[in-house]
Amino acid sequence: MQAGQALYCDALHKGEERALTAERPVFLRLWQIHLPPTGLVSILHRVSGLLLVLSIPVAAALLGLSLAGPKGFATVAAIFEHWLGQAGLVLLAWSLVHHLFAGLRHLLLDIGAGVELGTARRSARVATLAAPLVVLLGWGLLQ
Amino acid sequence: MSRKASGLKAWIVQRITAIYLAIVIVYLAVHFLSSPPTDYAAWRAWVSQPLISLGLLVFVPVLLAHAWVGLRDALMDYARAFGVRMALLSLSAFVFLASGLWAVRAIILAGLEA
Repeated sequence: MQAGQALYCDALHKGEERALTAERPVFLRLWQIHLPPTGLVSILHRVSGLLLVLSIPVAAALLGLSLAGPKGFATVAAIFEHWLGQAGLVLLAWSLVHHLFAGLRHLLLDIGAGVELGTARRSARVATLAAPLVVLLGWGLLQ
Repeated sequence: MSRKASGLKAWIVQRITAIYLAIVIVYLAVHFLSSPPTDYAAWRAWVSQPLISLGLLVFVPVLLAHAWVGLRDALMDYARAFGVRMALLSLSAFVFLASGLWAVRAIILAGLEA
């Protein structure tokens, strides 16, 4: 952010506003992109958010079905016991936990906590690694 | 909606909704991990408790507002063509509206004649 702002100011100072509105380079060779931990936690925040958005209609349908009657409840229970339902639950759980941790980190950065580069990189690593660990822990608790 | 949910206002909405969502999600996760509902009657009785019902009814629009701001931000980055972006946002708005109303209907019905 700050580096970006510095670049922006530099460009303005040099009278290179044109460069900002010109066609920007697009680099989409995903296998060649090496993200720092802060970039990784950020893009996964987006990916998990989009997965959570996609789960909204499914969650609403399952909530309605589970509360419609004993038969509906049994159907939802059967869906969650099926391996596909379980895989969906694990993916959803990861999305939720990662989004929560990345979001809490974001809120802390907003109030100025942990904005030094070293701390920000460490908290990014912690958030990214903690999410799958917490999902594993929850999985273990349910077995 | 889009004009009201832009700029600083959207930034604030995203953070305030995040705090409520975080609290409720952690509560729900702890509840479902420690005592998952065993049958329909228990599940419905739990949902129809006044505080749980109210918490869930508030959760629905708060979640949808948070999801809307986040989705719009993402689409502004990745769906660069205006028509594509508007089509995706319109579709999302209808899906959000239907999902939210359906969830609210289920929560309210669970409390009736319980």
